Amino acid sequence: MTADIHLDQKRDTGAVEAAAVSQIATKLRVNDLNLYYGKFQAINNVTMEIPERQVTAFIGPSGCGKSTLIRCFNRIHDLYEGIRTEGQILLDEHDIYDSGIDLNLLRSRVGMVFQKPTPFPMSVFDNVAFGIRLYEKLSARDLEERVEWALRKAALWNEVKDKLKQSGQALSGGQQQRLCIARTIAVKPEVILLDEPTSALDPISTGYIEDLINELKKDYTIVIVTHNMQQAARISDITAFMYLGSLIECDDTTKIFTQPKESRTEDYITGRYG
Amino acid sequence: MATTNAIQASGLGHLSDATRKRLQRKARIDVWFERTLFAFAFAVLLLLGAIIASLMFSSWPAIQRYGLDFFTENRWAANVEVFGALPAIYGTLLTSFIAIVIAVPVSFGIAIFLTEQCPGFLRQPLGTLIELLAGIPSIIYGMWGMEVLAPLLRTWFPTVFPAGTGLATAGIILAVMIIPFITAVTRDVINTVPAVMRESAYGLGCTTWEVTRRVILPSVKGGLVGGVVLGLGRALGETMAVTFVIGNNLFLSTTLTGQGTSIAALIANQFSESDGTQRSALLALGLILFLITFAVLAFARYLLRNSTGRHA
Repeated sequence: MTADIHLDQKRDTGAVEAAAVSQIATKLRVNDLNLYYGKFQAINNVTMEIPERQVTAFIGPSGCGKSTLIRCFNRIHDLYEGIRTEGQILLDEHDIYDSGIDLNLLRSRVGMVFQKPTPFPMSVFDNVAFGIRLYEKLSARDLEERVEWALRKAALWNEVKDKLKQSGQALSGGQQQRLCIARTIAVKPEVILLDEPTSALDPISTGYIEDLINELKKDYTIVIVTHNMQQAARISDITAFMYLGSLIECDDTTKIFTQPKESRTEDYITGRYG
Repeated sequence: MATTNAIQASGLGHLSDATRKRLQRKARIDVWFERTLFAFAFAVLLLLGAIIASLMFSSWPAIQRYGLDFFTENRWAANVEVFGALPAIYGTLLTSFIAIVIAVPVSFGIAIFLTEQCPGFLRQPLGTLIELLAGIPSIIYGMWGMEVLAPLLRTWFPTVFPAGTGLATAGIILAVMIIPFITAVTRDVINTVPAVMRESAYGLGCTTWEVTRRVILPSVKGGLVGGVVLGLGRALGETMAVTFVIGNNLFLSTTLTGQGTSIAALIANQFSESDGTQRSALLALGLILFLITFAVLAFARYLLRNSTGRHA
């Protein structure tokens, strides 16, 4: 699979790049993005860069457009009518809104995990193997190895290794969410979008998933939307604050939380509104 | 009264008299409300039991006289008092089977189109049209079948449909009749799949076919079975339309396209002019139809339980 090879090369060079910390490549570049739900403008002229193999967190009050924005990155909006976008989103400097783009391939490169766990109506094993089978022809043994790898990455292997044949929907909520993460990373995407992945989970499961994000960023570019500012502070390298559809400020997480440039950012992180 | 005691025991004894009276009155009304609901529900059960009992009672003479031969005799000849249920049972099962084989793929296709692909402005009108189709009286389907479909089949495929009417013709009419039912149920159950389930599947890079086949349909297996059974139940019992086009041949014809009869058609044709053993035999047929539909429903329940039991 070409995407796969491409990805492995990326990883090799990544080791070299990591040495030169200041030279972080840009994975996603958003240029003057506007999005309209019918007549309502939900995203307002957003321009930003999302660095490769870093965790970028989006924070902001409900309805500020952060989920809407990251849902542009894999064009999941295309499933619905009446949503119009203007501007550019470049993935590795290629516009994902180009007419020639293969949507399914794009989504296999930019994976997404949602707020509510969505295990498919099939066994734990098949859930993880699902995406792999779509894009790769692996032998039974390679497939098993890949599934185990993904489940280990998602810190779920030990809990499910004896019930791989059981329905994925029979797991607990926290396990289901990690199953969905395993399913997403199993196809080896380059970017993982997490849309409030822990908001439906208890603190212990949340802890697992935060550790996991930390682990995953060695290989993947992570974009996370969260309502929990402590979470953004704990796990992200870059934090972007959005308000009423506009990107107010985007900077190193430590800067955003200690000396934000914008007063609205400061108001929000200190709990004065939102 | 029990309710009064309950209020006192609950430690609310210090309420004012007016409040207490009001609470007691509300509780009394509730008791009567519950009793009324129970009576309604029980009446249905009673009615069901009564129907079964009267069917068994009136068909007893025929059952006694013919015993198991009733099921194996391959003709229904009133003039010589030979009554075999086989042609009618065969006709009922075969026409319904043909109807399901045609209707299920078509209905699933329409429902999937309506839910997954149909542009928004068409969704509502198309859905309503299909529901309207369900409202067409069956006698109209019957007339259409006899006047239009049967002659067409005879002209187009004279070797397969020499008479135009027949078991397969009835199956086709039944298919058209049950498509709206299966479509409506299928569409409604597909719509219960949460949007984020769809999004996660598309988010992995699935095509529409893969999302539908692997994620959406398996998620609503139970509902799909329910829709098919609803259609099957209707097909098994459908009378008027079938009577028009099935050919009403009372001798067993084991071909697919030959003329035959069904339980409902046979009863409709003969009941009003029957008496004695013939009437009893017709009632026995009715009992069999009843049992067949009952078995189909029970089987569907069983499938439903097995498919959704763990993660409903």
